Amino acid sequence: MKQVLEFEKPVIELREKIEELKRMTKDSEIDLSEEIEKMETRLKKLENNIYGQLKPWDRVQIARHSDRPTTLDYIQHLFTNFIEFHGDRYYGDDEAVVAGIARFNHIPVTVIGQQRGKNTKENIERNFGMPHPEGYRKALRHMKQADKFNRPIITFIDTKGAYPGKAAEERGQSEAIARNLMEMAGLKVPIICIVIGEGGSGGALGIGVGDHIHMLENSTYSVISPEGAAALLWKDAKQAERAAKSLKITAPDLKELGVIDEVIPEPLGGAHRDIAEQAKAIGSVIEDSLEKLMKLTEDDLLEERWEKYKKIGEVKERIQV
Amino acid sequence: MQLKDLFAKKKKYASIPSEQAKKDVPEGLMQKCDSCQKIYYQKEWKKNLYVCPNCGRHHQITSHERIQHLFDENTFVEWDKELLSGNPLDFPQYEEKIEKDRVKTGLNEAVVTGEGLIKGKPCAVAVMDSRFRMGSMGSVVGEKITRAIENAREKKIPVIVFAASGGARMQEGILSLMQMAKTSIAIQRLHKENGLFISVMTNPTTGGVSASFASIGDYNFAEPGALIGFAGRRIIEQTIREKLPSDFQTAEFQLTHGQVDKVIPRQEMRDTLATILEIHQLGGVADETSS
Repeated sequence: MKQVLEFEKPVIELREKIEELKRMTKDSEIDLSEEIEKMETRLKKLENNIYGQLKPWDRVQIARHSDRPTTLDYIQHLFTNFIEFHGDRYYGDDEAVVAGIARFNHIPVTVIGQQRGKNTKENIERNFGMPHPEGYRKALRHMKQADKFNRPIITFIDTKGAYPGKAAEERGQSEAIARNLMEMAGLKVPIICIVIGEGGSGGALGIGVGDHIHMLENSTYSVISPEGAAALLWKDAKQAERAAKSLKITAPDLKELGVIDEVIPEPLGGAHRDIAEQAKAIGSVIEDSLEKLMKLTEDDLLEERWEKYKKIGEVKERIQV
Repeated sequence: MQLKDLFAKKKKYASIPSEQAKKDVPEGLMQKCDSCQKIYYQKEWKKNLYVCPNCGRHHQITSHERIQHLFDENTFVEWDKELLSGNPLDFPQYEEKIEKDRVKTGLNEAVVTGEGLIKGKPCAVAVMDSRFRMGSMGSVVGEKITRAIENAREKKIPVIVFAASGGARMQEGILSLMQMAKTSIAIQRLHKENGLFISVMTNPTTGGVSASFASIGDYNFAEPGALIGFAGRRIIEQTIREKLPSDFQTAEFQLTHGQVDKVIPRQEMRDTLATILEIHQLGGVADETSS
């Protein structure tokens, strides 16, 4: 059973009707091709109408869609020779994070990403894509290796957040994230980060400090979930739709705020409609980023990374008389 | 005149003094420890740096009082006092909330930065103030802490940050989140030049602040009893569906779990920091004049 989002119901219903008419044409002698053609034009118009002006809350729904492609889906389409490696060498292996080496257009790279499941069983194995400290430490181990062997790093961000659990706190969730932020700042290889689904707060940022930050058109990146913000602000998690708008969490919002570099377009209706096409769009952005970043000297790379983050934020300065 | 007016009306509600009235309470009045309920003279209370002489509970101290206690007399110079928050997301009611806290605290933002001498040793400092928007980190807090770290790096002096924060500031959205990255990159630049960074976590140090600069000091210290952790207790309890022990996420909990180097009572903070600064001798350069 495919998940149908509330706002796209008219599209889905019309599409089903067309399918039905097509079946009828096939099964009986009546020719309905004229009607079908009319309806297909109407469908195109409707699709453009609905998907062309998505509200922030609609994008949240697409970002959370159960069929939305995950890190491993994109890895399969984008890289060759991918080999996954496990474990943080301190405590264990966190399956909410995948990490390994591969080739991108023949260039050796290190690939790291948060991994959710697409069904309950997978989600339990992957802890819903919410990493523990060992996930961040595994990521860091691979990033340092990339630094040593001069491989660019590509990260895929897709998490509701770092896991808020007892064991995670006991093993230093804060420290694990904080260390990654600091260490990523100093890596002498290009880092490209791509938000593919939900970018949940510090848990997303923990593999998200880089030279170029890109977001898929219908992904989100936020300091707090819309539900969390609504509960805090209006004591009502049901106001999440309103919070999603106020918090400015969509890719176009973040582009406007100067936080990200590129908005990667999605197929009409979302990435899950055509994974291959989506992967191609991501691939061409990675290619552009690598070309620009691999030209830079180590010093320039680090200096530009610093300059990028240094200017983020709005500050007013009152001059004292 | 009606008959009922002859009888005094019973007050239906108790009157609670406003924030302003509480601030106006003159010296010499009493103060009650909210932990052990013992009552002290305000003067004694203040002299003991808001630490209960009976049970040792560390109560809130303002950023300026902390600075006054830490630094040698008349040596502290404040930096970037005039940096003010905007409302980059046009978030509803954000400006009003900031203005309210400015009036309440007399501060422009949730952190005070600057430099001074601790027992003759120069150092930069950033002291967060949890009275201002829960000490949350938005653009201005991130910028001031980043500048303080950068100044320390350029002047080749150590930097100490006293964290007191509920985390990233929601009303500045993603810009607040990015301050975590910004401050951490500044720390990385300092480390690369062998600069000394001491983090002191005070009550509370949680969320985005604990998951950025506060957890990556060369030394991580904490005040007794301080709440320190990543996720909020309520959220963890809801997620794992069990009750957490009362000492969960305290300074002492973090000490036993290896996240904090030492828990230092407020009265010993100045002495301990001075000793560490002395051992580090101005960022590693030997100073022959010290004993």
